[in-house]
Amino acid sequence: MTHRFDSVQIVREGLKNVHYLADDGIAGVVFLADRLAKPVLVEGPAGTGKTQLAKSVADFLGARLIRLQCYEGLDESKALYEWNYKKQLLRIQADRKSDSWEDVHDDIFGEDFLLTRPLLEAITSEDPVVLLIDEVDRVEVETEALLLEILSEYQVSIPELGTIQAKQIPLVFLTSNNTRELSEALKRRCLFLHVDYPDMEREKEIVLTRVEGITENLADQIARIVRSIRQLDLKKAPSVSETIDWARTLVLLGIEHIEAEQAKETLHILLKYQTDIAKAAKELSIEK
Amino acid sequence: MLDLLSGFITELRNAGLPVSLTENLDAMEAIKHIPMEDRDAFKYALAATLVKNNSHWRSFETVFEVYFSLRGPEYAIDGDVDADEFWREMQEQQRQGEGNGGSGGMEGLSPEELMKILMKALMAGDQAMMRALARQAVQRFAGMEPGRPVGGTYYLYRTLRNLDLEAMLEKLMEISRQEVSGELTALEERLERDEHEDQIEKFKQEIEAEIRRRLVADRGVEAMAKTLRKPLPEDVEFMHASRDEMQSLKKALQPLTRKLAARLARKRRHGRKGPLDFRSTVRHSLSYGGVPADPQFKYPRPAKPELMVVADISGSVAAFARFTLMLVYAIQGQFSKVRSFVFIDGLDEVTEYFKNTEDISVAIHRVNTEADVIWVDGHSDYGHAFEVFWNKFGKEIGPKTTVLLLGDARNNYHASGSWVVKEMRQKARHVYWLNPEPKSYWNTGDSIVGEYGTFTDGVYECRNMRQLEAFVEKLA
Repeated sequence: MTHRFDSVQIVREGLKNVHYLADDGIAGVVFLADRLAKPVLVEGPAGTGKTQLAKSVADFLGARLIRLQCYEGLDESKALYEWNYKKQLLRIQADRKSDSWEDVHDDIFGEDFLLTRPLLEAITSEDPVVLLIDEVDRVEVETEALLLEILSEYQVSIPELGTIQAKQIPLVFLTSNNTRELSEALKRRCLFLHVDYPDMEREKEIVLTRVEGITENLADQIARIVRSIRQLDLKKAPSVSETIDWARTLVLLGIEHIEAEQAKETLHILLKYQTDIAKAAKELSIEK
Repeated sequence: MLDLLSGFITELRNAGLPVSLTENLDAMEAIKHIPMEDRDAFKYALAATLVKNNSHWRSFETVFEVYFSLRGPEYAIDGDVDADEFWREMQEQQRQGEGNGGSGGMEGLSPEELMKILMKALMAGDQAMMRALARQAVQRFAGMEPGRPVGGTYYLYRTLRNLDLEAMLEKLMEISRQEVSGELTALEERLERDEHEDQIEKFKQEIEAEIRRRLVADRGVEAMAKTLRKPLPEDVEFMHASRDEMQSLKKALQPLTRKLAARLARKRRHGRKGPLDFRSTVRHSLSYGGVPADPQFKYPRPAKPELMVVADISGSVAAFARFTLMLVYAIQGQFSKVRSFVFIDGLDEVTEYFKNTEDISVAIHRVNTEADVIWVDGHSDYGHAFEVFWNKFGKEIGPKTTVLLLGDARNNYHASGSWVVKEMRQKARHVYWLNPEPKSYWNTGDSIVGEYGTFTDGVYECRNMRQLEAFVEKLA
């Protein structure tokens, strides 16, 4: 089997070209995921670019992104496959006399009548794909078991058809916001990647690549202020996406250098709780 | 290599990390693809395959440092060298390493000059320079000798005392102020300070790593790993937690409460079965022309428990009480009502403190400073506290109330007042006692948890987060 990436460095460069700045850990795990043919479980606080990672990798590989958004009550008919019941009915009614029972039976459980859902689609696809299973912690523990076969063997078993093997092994990313502990069985099958808030240097780079028309000076200042705010004991620390929003706002307002007054007026973009805003304003001594 | 890795994994297991066999195999597979010389990549590769929980990361990192810290390119070990010889060799390498580091023989520098270089390095954020300086500082100030039976913290303390990084911070601030030639605004001042603190913190880490490296060289990997072994956050005992551990516990508490709340809410929603609701079924049948096509069921709506927390906050168990209160209030949505009382020998209600603030830590602080809990001498007196509780609030205990009693039941040989607990149990739905002491200490000395225990629905040992979490889940 051929590998997608030659080295960690190439992963890093490639992701950078599609405006995703990976650190050593992220690039290393993506590289390993390809080499070991294992899914990656990405965990971390909201808004640190977990979903974006999968999108960027797809972008970089020129692969199609297939996304399965998880939610409570997700079942196999929405995740794996479903029989096209209406079409089967039509088939049976279309020529009632000519076919024998065996023919009809074999026929209506053929691939023509199968509706593929994201997971099945990902492994049957001919062209390269990246599979993203988003917010996997939202499904119930029992539903998790649905994923196990595809994650470890890259195959799906359909009782009427048999086992469908993957034509090519897709890169799989699972994201989790950690609202509950995932089962051991699932964790064991994955590589684990914790994406945390970036350090100051990387955050600055991210702001520079993501926000158009921003000056280096302003990006630097933004990254510093955000780092200071994250050190406070807050209900919800500002995420990377909020940092970017804030940077965009400042650019739109035509601010070149952040003064205390402007910072105070725009803090609500960065922080979403009134107590947090008050605390940050006080701590950064914006309010005297 | 394989030996090293299996030793490493055994140590991870000893530290409490659950590493399964498949994960072990994955790790072996993974390191085939990553060159060991690239230490960061190597570390992440191992982490990705072995550590599946972010709160275990710190433990992993410590073990990794111990096992692989000597395996960087500059510390190649050739065969079995005995400790003394190796020690000398390391010193040798040290000197060479610094020569290569571009600092030009730091041996000859006076302390003042050293400080100047350090200041520059911190200003510029020069990592390589800081590393070289950390080595130099440890060599100079820590006074490490092979085979000396003292812990790494001692050396760290000695080194840091000599470096006086506090004063360094002020000096750096001074420079920053001069650079802009004038006053910094409050915001800029704050940012500069954070920047410098960050650099100094990095430098401290370099020093710690350096000390650890030397200790490993001196004592061997296994011995070092054993001394550095720290419990995972969820296994830290409340009663003996250090300040650092308290911090990490606090951090661990937040995601934990979120998980707990999600789990409890789910539990409440699911798994409901109920008998047919005849009335509702008939009403719904009207839209189908009287055919009961849409049967309705009476789903049980389990009542959310009402909670009364009565906590001993005297010195020995204060940390435990604080944590339990934090946890309970963080998931208070799962209870219909939470009231909390704290006592030492007097008793005070503190529910109000939690009501008026969103920030639990503020409330906890108020509990510690404002609550009126001292009656005579400030030594735990459960008997008196319970009597006061019964007289003042006893009538508010109803059949829906669950009472949680927190404490080690070390009563200083006062009257026990256990009749109160007995009375409570008759009125309340449940009475539970949570004890932060290990079970083997119960009923020794002045602990009379057994006497109270007979009147409760259960006494639980809650020494760490794991046990506390399990109990709270059972409760709601």
